[in-house]
Amino acid sequence: MIAFILRRLAQSVVVMLVVALISFALFRYVGDPVASLLGQEATAADREALRARLGLDQPIWVQFYEYIGRVLRGDFGISYRLQQPVAQLIMQRLPATLELALVSGIAAFVFGVALGVYTALNRRGWISNAIMTISLIGVSLPTFLIGVLLIWVFAVELQWLPSFGRGEVVELGWWRTGFLTESGRAALILPAITLGLYQLTLIMRLVRAEMLEVLRTDYIRFARARGLSNRAIHFGHALKNTLVPVITITGLQMGSIIAFAIITETVFQWPGVGAFFINAVRFVDVPVMAAYLMLIALIFVVINLIVDLLYYVVDPRLRVDRGAARH
Amino acid sequence: MAEPLLSVRDLVVEFPTRRGTLRALDRVSFDIGEGEVLGMVGESGAGKSITGSAIIGLIDRPGRIAGGEIRLRGERIDTLPEDKLRRIRGKRIGMVFQDPLTSLNPLYTVAQQLIETIRTHLDVSEREARERAVALLDQVGIPAARRRIDDYPHHFSGGMRQRVVIALALAAEPELVIADEPTTALDVSVQAQIIDVLRDICADRGAAVMLITHDMGVIAETADRVAVLYAGRMAEIGPVRDVIKAAEHPYTSGLMGSIPTLAQTADRLTQIPGSMPRLDAIPQGCAFNPRCPRVMPHCRTDQPPLTPRAQGRQVACWLYAPAGAAHG
Ligand SMILES: Nc1ncnc2c1ncn2[C@@H]1O[C@H](COP(=O)(O)OP(=O)(O)OP(=O)(O)O)[C@@H](O)[C@H]1O
Ligand code: SF4
Ligand SMILES: [Mg+2]
Repeated sequence: MIAFILRRLAQSVVVMLVVALISFALFRYVGDPVASLLGQEATAADREALRARLGLDQPIWVQFYEYIGRVLRGDFGISYRLQQPVAQLIMQRLPATLELALVSGIAAFVFGVALGVYTALNRRGWISNAIMTISLIGVSLPTFLIGVLLIWVFAVELQWLPSFGRGEVVELGWWRTGFLTESGRAALILPAITLGLYQLTLIMRLVRAEMLEVLRTDYIRFARARGLSNRAIHFGHALKNTLVPVITITGLQMGSIIAFAIITETVFQWPGVGAFFINAVRFVDVPVMAAYLMLIALIFVVINLIVDLLYYVVDPRLRVDRGAARH
Repeated sequence: MAEPLLSVRDLVVEFPTRRGTLRALDRVSFDIGEGEVLGMVGESGAGKSITGSAIIGLIDRPGRIAGGEIRLRGERIDTLPEDKLRRIRGKRIGMVFQDPLTSLNPLYTVAQQLIETIRTHLDVSEREARERAVALLDQVGIPAARRRIDDYPHHFSGGMRQRVVIALALAAEPELVIADEPTTALDVSVQAQIIDVLRDICADRGAAVMLITHDMGVIAETADRVAVLYAGRMAEIGPVRDVIKAAEHPYTSGLMGSIPTLAQTADRLTQIPGSMPRLDAIPQGCAFNPRCPRVMPHCRTDQPPLTPRAQGRQVACWLYAPAGAAHG
């Protein structure tokens, strides 16, 4: 167990180093940081001075080493555009993105599993067929189109829900949450649907396929031959085995949800890191772009670790000391 | 005559396919007496497993029982609704499948699977179910059962796993155990032990056994009677000694010729020239006629009925059928 975690941690560190390298390269080679910071009127002497102050005259590996050091201290530089520390800017916007992703992810998982199980158990029913057909549309429509359609129907035509923003937020320390106000929760609904729909259909189809597979296995047959109730077989034996692979994919989807939040946040003017990143790209605000890249990578790595551990908890076969089969 | 424990009459199982209906079992009839061990042999595809599945009502869709009847102590079970049938599965008829590696749910401990089975059928407390489970594992020969019971299936070797499967099949004290090639997937070295465990524990509890196997050696040592299936039809049934010593059906004679010595495994029964027809190409008349050394003209047109013989034997072959039965 310990060895397993250590191995995974080591792999995560390697991944993060690679991403840091890319992010560093972005920082160093896209645009000219000196020009970005000083503007047009600076003299050559000013440039040289700044170059030395930023350490840009050092050998490249020293610069990378120092970059890593700064990143570990949470120093991602200053935004070219807003002239504030990037870390601070991102932390202000992170709660909005995380809350949105969390709600979408949980909804996608819960409804995805429920619908997947339903369609697998009632394979031939017309409701299942209808769900499967609709889900096909769900995976093929682009996210922004779904967002725009939802806004049109529920915000413009029916006027039930707001079309942009987060509603009122409450400050819990540095964390600004929208969960605690009515308008905050209402504002979450449409973006959460938009963001989660694709993952929902993906999870549903995966659960369905996996469940159908499991229902054909010998141990399900044996469970039936032992006279167990359908409920015990479907929601005990079959579902548990179905969820083992589903957990991995779903966990990884959480990462994608956060990454894909860019589009949803833009459509709904959601004040999160995704929309912030898009703005940074527009203004070639390289420190922000580099930090965002690192952040997304970190989230992916952390999620991966959690998924691995979950897998470990769920599947007893992984828990064994190798070469087990004792007599 | 005492009523048999299980009685199968003219059982027909069909699989509708796009190219017509396949008849996997064609009017199969046999009985299993109280506490009796009935061996069932036949080539691959003869319909042995389908027979077992039909008895517990677990034929894979779209297959279905299309005719005949199955009675357990005189009560019809082939027409029971699913919820009643469920109370027969595991409770009155236990099942052991071929591959213990895949028969057990990998995510549940042996204790969980045993206790679940026991409590499904018997009204006992969790604690009592656990005690019973330990006792069962002990009886099927799992050492240190009390300690091992909370292990997962993958902690056990193949032979031990099949013992667990046998314990599961017997958990609710069934009257009949259907064992479908219980040793085929196991190491040769443990096959005999597993058969012994199965036979002894069933004998102990007075449970009858329907033992499906390819191994005539096992049948000779274990079974009281043997039933020979060919292309979904019953070829011959009778007491093991008699059938082995003097097979009447030409197909059975061929089979017996394929046992080099009884102790050795005569695995695939293919000493007879030719092979068993596929379900979509069963010849008219006697299904065995293209391979039969004693074929007669009307064997190619009329199907021989299962005919009673001396010592409770039955044979489906025109060599033994009463004259004129062809037209009946
Ligand atoms: N789902 C199905 N659809 C169509 N035909 C089937 C199906 N299941 C079984 N059959 C046919 O039924 C026949 C009997 O199969 P069965 O599994 O009972 O054979 P068996 O005697 O147990 O053979 P083996 O020794 O290989 O286990 C076979 O010819 C098989 O092709
Ligand atoms: S009925 Fe005819 S073909 Fe069939 S086994 Fe008997 S003799 Fe041979
Ligand atoms: Mg079989």
